Amino acid sequence: MSETNLVEAVNKALAWELDHDKDVVLLGEDIGLNGGVFRATDGLQSKFGEQRVIDTPLAETLIVGMAVGLASQGIRAVVEIQFMGFIYSTIDNMISHATRMRNRTRGRLTCPMVLRAPYGGGIHAPEHHSESTEAIFAHMPGIRVVIPSSPLRAYGLLLASIRDPDPVVFLEPKRIYRLQKESIEEAGVALPLDVCFTLREGDDITLVSWGAMVHETLQAAEKLAEQNISAEVIDVATIKPLDMKTILASVEKTGRCVIVHEAARTCGVGSEIAAQLAEFGLTFLLAPVQRVSGYDTIMPLYRLENYYMPSVEQILSAANAALEYA
Amino acid sequence: MGVYDNLNIPYSQYLDHHGQLHETCSDYTSDAKNLINFYKIMLRTRVFDQKAINLQRTGKLGTYASSLGQEAIGVALGAAMHANDVLAPTYRDYAVQLSRGIKMSDLLLYWGGDERGMDYEFSREDLPICVPIATHTCHAVGIAYAMKLRKQPRVMVCIIGDGATSKGDFYEALNAAGVWQLPVIFIINNNQWAISLPRDKQSATKTLAQKAVAAEIYAEQVDGNDVIACYERMHEFIERARTGGGPCLLEAISYRLSDHTTADDAQRYRSPADVEAQWQFDPISRLKTYLLENQFIDAEALDALQKQAEQEVEEQVKIYLNTATQPPEAMFDYLYETLPEALQSQRDEVMRKGKKHE
Repeated sequence: MSETNLVEAVNKALAWELDHDKDVVLLGEDIGLNGGVFRATDGLQSKFGEQRVIDTPLAETLIVGMAVGLASQGIRAVVEIQFMGFIYSTIDNMISHATRMRNRTRGRLTCPMVLRAPYGGGIHAPEHHSESTEAIFAHMPGIRVVIPSSPLRAYGLLLASIRDPDPVVFLEPKRIYRLQKESIEEAGVALPLDVCFTLREGDDITLVSWGAMVHETLQAAEKLAEQNISAEVIDVATIKPLDMKTILASVEKTGRCVIVHEAARTCGVGSEIAAQLAEFGLTFLLAPVQRVSGYDTIMPLYRLENYYMPSVEQILSAANAALEYA
Repeated sequence: MGVYDNLNIPYSQYLDHHGQLHETCSDYTSDAKNLINFYKIMLRTRVFDQKAINLQRTGKLGTYASSLGQEAIGVALGAAMHANDVLAPTYRDYAVQLSRGIKMSDLLLYWGGDERGMDYEFSREDLPICVPIATHTCHAVGIAYAMKLRKQPRVMVCIIGDGATSKGDFYEALNAAGVWQLPVIFIINNNQWAISLPRDKQSATKTLAQKAVAAEIYAEQVDGNDVIACYERMHEFIERARTGGGPCLLEAISYRLSDHTTADDAQRYRSPADVEAQWQFDPISRLKTYLLENQFIDAEALDALQKQAEQEVEEQVKIYLNTATQPPEAMFDYLYETLPEALQSQRDEVMRKGKKHE
């Protein structure tokens, strides 16, 4: 057991898998001696060698293309893209190859790979370093998109993602890389994919979120509790495929729902959750579903960043609107 | 100007277009049996190709990309590769795919709109054909990396067209293959046309091969319609890579005698007379001349090979035409190893749709 923050939990999960599965390799830019720009791979190259912890040329298309090739040979490539802002050239390979290799060969070849990237705003980073564009990947068939919101979930979900037989995009909310520490037992125990985690139980309203925004959402729930309002908080964790069962069961109980995400609103994953609540949960909704999200704007440079990011106050105000409705 | 004129990319031709040999053959290509085998597979590929076009024209096959005139490259490659080497082909590489045991019925099944055509019975580690141009160059680097990591004496071969050499993926792949000295061979089928764009508008470089030089990768050109020269160069490159010599690139110069695909009309951008003039360089007729003039085979045996190829194609077409369509829910069945619960209702939905249409 050791007190571990989120980025250290990523490191521990990577180390565990490298140690226990000889077919796991890591590849990315500056992940070797430098240990990655956020130190997620710190010390791994010296322990597991240059051939398995691979410093690649500066070429994102190559990195993910290689992962597809490696995976077709049964090697589980865990790719680090340095920032999500540099992930877009990988989309061709993800949508044209990684996600469809199993399908187009009827299972002859598969693509067990993980595409890791730090994402999200709130750290006053330079341009192209703060976006939340998870919905781009969630729209792809044949993929999983997993986002941890705590050290424990980062450890367990990353292990599960590496062991998953299909491609996983694993997005790490960098704002909370070092926010909190949790005790992690380094025993290589994975957490389940494709399910939400209910972080706090409540009867009056359901707050649904993922990634760094889970923390603002939990703070909002705490404030609501002070007003004797009991909020259920759900961390979606796997945003594709979506565990609507858990969300619907909660909203059936509470009748009210606020969805919180950092990404732009239109066609954000919140849109899909709201649509499914309308399709399958209309009869038990007591108020319109509320969305608290980033705006449909370009992520502003950092002076205006805090205006873009959803705040605890916004979540509270949306919750109150839902609670006061009829 | 002219400072890079000394790039010095070697060019090989053994058999000229009149069927005259100008170089000394290796033991392999001195053996009539191997040359007849080259001829046989080129012929099979061409008969298959013509049949596929006919099937498309009569509504029995979807859009199809012909390999007419470029058969020598694939046949030579098929002979130079080992069975456990891995191929990353594009859509025009039937000759090498047939050489590697991939069934004509599967190739037809693919163009006939059925994913099972990519579930090959042999060469099961070969990638399925790559449609988005040049993307498989980076997959090839990954596969070659796996071979090197596992210390396997295997070679990765990636085929691309002339247009692919304009793409960033190609340069990223070459660059990385050079850094890690991977056992990967890049073959360019330079057939002069990327749909409607001619070679001289594709790149200002004198050769496409020289693009490898920037990545410190050894490169040559070869007459892509000369199956003997193709085999000799490919064999040497592949065996060099197998024994740790690192990556190479071979630009095989050929000509696309057909339209780009059956959906294309090449007369919009090139004259039939220009295409007609290219038939004198046909890879099959020059080998035929060489085989006959050297009495490696007689006309009667050649006729028999033609009939044999036609018979094989007919049998394979029958298998293709008799393959029942997959049930509609097949679109879900290889999406993930296990279909996530969230998708189950969509699978049920398409099954209901299928029942309605029965």
